[in-house]
Amino acid sequence: MAKDKSEVLEGLIEIIVDETGLDAAAITPDKSFSDDLDIDSLSMMTIVTLAEDRFEVEIPDDSVKDLSTVASAVDFIANA
Amino acid sequence: MIEATPTRAGSQILGVDGVRGSEVVTNEQVAGPIDSSDEWIRSRTGIVTRARAAADVTVLDLAEAAAGRAIKRAALTPDQIDAVLVASVTYFQQTPALAPQLADRLQTGGAAAFDLSAACAGYCYGIGLADSLIKAGGATNVLVVGADKLTEFVDPTDRTISFILGDGAGAAVVGPASRPKIGPTVWGSDGSKAGSVGQNLDFRQAVATGVWPTLRQDGPTVYKWAVFSMAAVAREAIAAAGLTPGDIEVFVPHQANLRIIEQQVKRIGLDPEVIVANDIVETGNTSAASIPLAVERLGRDYADQGSLGGKLALQIGFGAGLAYAAQVVELPNTAIPIERKSRG
Repeated sequence: MAKDKSEVLEGLIEIIVDETGLDAAAITPDKSFSDDLDIDSLSMMTIVTLAEDRFEVEIPDDSVKDLSTVASAVDFIANA
Repeated sequence: MIEATPTRAGSQILGVDGVRGSEVVTNEQVAGPIDSSDEWIRSRTGIVTRARAAADVTVLDLAEAAAGRAIKRAALTPDQIDAVLVASVTYFQQTPALAPQLADRLQTGGAAAFDLSAACAGYCYGIGLADSLIKAGGATNVLVVGADKLTEFVDPTDRTISFILGDGAGAAVVGPASRPKIGPTVWGSDGSKAGSVGQNLDFRQAVATGVWPTLRQDGPTVYKWAVFSMAAVAREAIAAAGLTPGDIEVFVPHQANLRIIEQQVKRIGLDPEVIVANDIVETGNTSAASIPLAVERLGRDYADQGSLGGKLALQIGFGAGLAYAAQVVELPNTAIPIERKSRG
């Protein structure tokens, strides 16, 4: 069953804030992890792994490169 | 009836030392061929320089120099060493092994000697084996050497791993103790990820194609495993020693990437005041040599506070295989003054 996207977004923002120290208000669905939030591939793997634990989903390593924006990550997690 | 060998209560690390390649290679020197920069390399890896050995220096030369120093630190003579374990992935011959030649150069008088291939986990595999050998009565004083000249397998244009690699050797002498000063080794492997780090060609392919094999890695996959899976292994090793993360005074992980080390500290739940080895910054990743080299550097860095001897250190090696091993050890006296001279 698909998860509630607003709950996923809220949880994902908490993880990103905890890992990067970014202001939560700056993390909106349209933001690109690399271009807008300056999150590199290693930080992305940390965020993804913490999201896997939090939302009890599996995000294959090969799929991480496709999660370019916050919205795409929310969609993947919600539908996983 | 076959008589059993008398067993022992425990073992201890008597001395640790090492040598680095003599050439200091800056980020600027490696950045060009990978279209990178000092800033990018520092932010992704924490590395500022890497130590690389001269072309005519062999992995056996590095191993010999490190081993000789460790034996002196242990206050032993080579003839008191009865087993030599060499962890290396950069020795070119399948046979004969490196270890017997090292045992001969050191003049051990014919110590048992063999190589082990566990890449960046090799040193901790060796410490675990030495501990088991000594407690089981199979050996009395075991020399464990991690030696790698990784620049033999570097492709300057490779963006995945080559720019972090260095050359060096580290060694420990392990001997008997009246109580355990080396905790249980938690070790294992995950061969399903064998393709995530290692040589890009085997030697038959290299001969057939005329292309020298070099190292490659899938950085994000290895990072995820190194941070999260290895944090769990580390916690297991701490618990196996009857301790909690807060009891660990020194953390000496394989020096693969400063970002990994910082995440491991967080994920394992170590005390924020724990002493963390960061030899990676100046030496780069030296595979099996990195943990003993990091201990050697800590000994110098904390020399003004006396010895680190007796402090509880968590060491964890992890890398190609994938293979890993972790144990808690009481550090040996690190304050013994010994002439410093790099080799290579």
